[in-house]
Amino acid sequence: MSRRLALPYAFWMALFVVAPLVIVLFYALTTEAGGFGLENFIKLQVYVPVFLRSLWLAFIATVLCLLIGYPAAYILSRETPSVQNSAILLMMLPMWMNFLLRTYAWMSILEDQGLINNLLRSLRLPALNMINTQGAVVLGMVYNYLPFMILPIFTIIQKIPPSMTEAAQDLGANSRRVFRRVVFPLSLPGVLSGVTMVFVPSVSTFVISKLLGGGKQLLLGDLIEMQFLGGAYNLHLGSMISIVMMLIVLAGIQIMNRFGSREEVALP
Amino acid sequence: MTLTKNRNRRVSGAPRPARLGRLFTGLIFVFLYAPIFVMIVFSFNDAKSRTLWSGFTTRWYAELLEDTTILNSLYTTLSVAVLSALIATVVGTAAAIGIHVMRGPRRTVMLNLNNIPVVSPDIITGVSLRMLFVALLGFLAIFGLNFRLGFGTLLLSHITFCIPYVILSVLPKLSQMGKHIYEAALDLGATPRRALGRVVLPEILPGVISGALISFTLSIDDFLISYFTAGNTSQTLPMVVYAMTRKRLSPKINALSTLMFVSVLALLILINVFQARQDKKRRQGDTAKTRL
Repeated sequence: MSRRLALPYAFWMALFVVAPLVIVLFYALTTEAGGFGLENFIKLQVYVPVFLRSLWLAFIATVLCLLIGYPAAYILSRETPSVQNSAILLMMLPMWMNFLLRTYAWMSILEDQGLINNLLRSLRLPALNMINTQGAVVLGMVYNYLPFMILPIFTIIQKIPPSMTEAAQDLGANSRRVFRRVVFPLSLPGVLSGVTMVFVPSVSTFVISKLLGGGKQLLLGDLIEMQFLGGAYNLHLGSMISIVMMLIVLAGIQIMNRFGSREEVALP
Repeated sequence: MTLTKNRNRRVSGAPRPARLGRLFTGLIFVFLYAPIFVMIVFSFNDAKSRTLWSGFTTRWYAELLEDTTILNSLYTTLSVAVLSALIATVVGTAAAIGIHVMRGPRRTVMLNLNNIPVVSPDIITGVSLRMLFVALLGFLAIFGLNFRLGFGTLLLSHITFCIPYVILSVLPKLSQMGKHIYEAALDLGATPRRALGRVVLPEILPGVISGALISFTLSIDDFLISYFTAGNTSQTLPMVVYAMTRKRLSPKINALSTLMFVSVLALLILINVFQARQDKKRRQGDTAKTRL
């Protein structure tokens, strides 16, 4: 066992992980005309609303996933193992289908001539405008990423030894207090990884906003895609947007990890 | 009658929150499966409409199986997935062993670099790889070597985003193994290569296999990175699906979803049955041992 075995991979990473980021950084700091500096960064002010919308929608989706996912994970953790196994399997099953197909399915449910509106019409109720709204985009995010919230929280709650909660009960804590003082603090690492796994893809998506937002709810992902492959072709600006987005994501993860390590309690 | 029933239940110790909780999780499953159910139903719909039912047909399935774009993309997807899983597993396992024996800053640097593709959003990985490939192809073109974005760049990107997951699943197995096994093999006269192949590799095999499986599924499922790195000569299935959703027409997409759902379901059931059987065997083995 020699560390030389990692050598091919070290070269691989230098070429396919580090070099691409360096190129993106280089493009971000230069312009078509050959200028060097923060010119592209200043151009970004036009897109501040898009940044805010992206962060806001991803934030709402993450909060909703947490509000739905935590209770679900907690309830699941109290079921018998066989129920747990089938529930987890049922939860993973949709995730194994491509997310484009899952998102596409929502289009036919939400659109103006869609299933919900047809149902409403047959009941003589006024139709709702659901597709191409921010609500539809958030729904798509929650639908696609909810299992990413439930699974890590469930895994970590399950690892909490029963002796811990029993000890708290023996010391006179009621069930609410046991949850607040023992189970919840111990489950925080799961919450943190769930939050990251929902927030990062939500903030960078362009497919969900295209399919369910109809291109009317421009997000950061759309912006980047437009600069690299779409109509607004500008590699320099696209690179700058990518760098800023990457920094936002990394800063978010960093803040959460710090917050997490303070709360973290070592499980035996 | 109903009143006493309710009272009985509450007394007999089935606490209300449990039932409410089950209702809650049940609703989540309805939410998760409703769209899939709708797709399956409308894949048999005898009209182009995605929402109005007008009779049963299987013609979308027939059309799907004749669609050469879809079949070609399926072939591309599977070959990229198999090749990238294979290469990522070999490179990743070797790298994991190398990283495992590293100490100090070297190890930290390797692990941090390894984490970059894992934590960065897929779109960033896709975009940055695209920039690299465009630059590299431009460089090669100077020497008269004209390549375009295509299967090669697709494969390279898939390998790149798969290796980190192989490493992350092999490393824990290596630390579980304990270092004495390898040293014992050397003491007993095995060459380092033989010790690696006959002692270390069998020991970490579960991690290697799960790394390969993760790579395979990630590769099959990927859309974003392929979208930026494949160019227009080779298309993966998710890319074709994306193009289809943009046209908003064909019920073939429902048929495709249904087929995918059924095959995933079958695969999961198969794995579960297999695992249950293995568990049973192990348990029988254990009882046999205790009897002895």
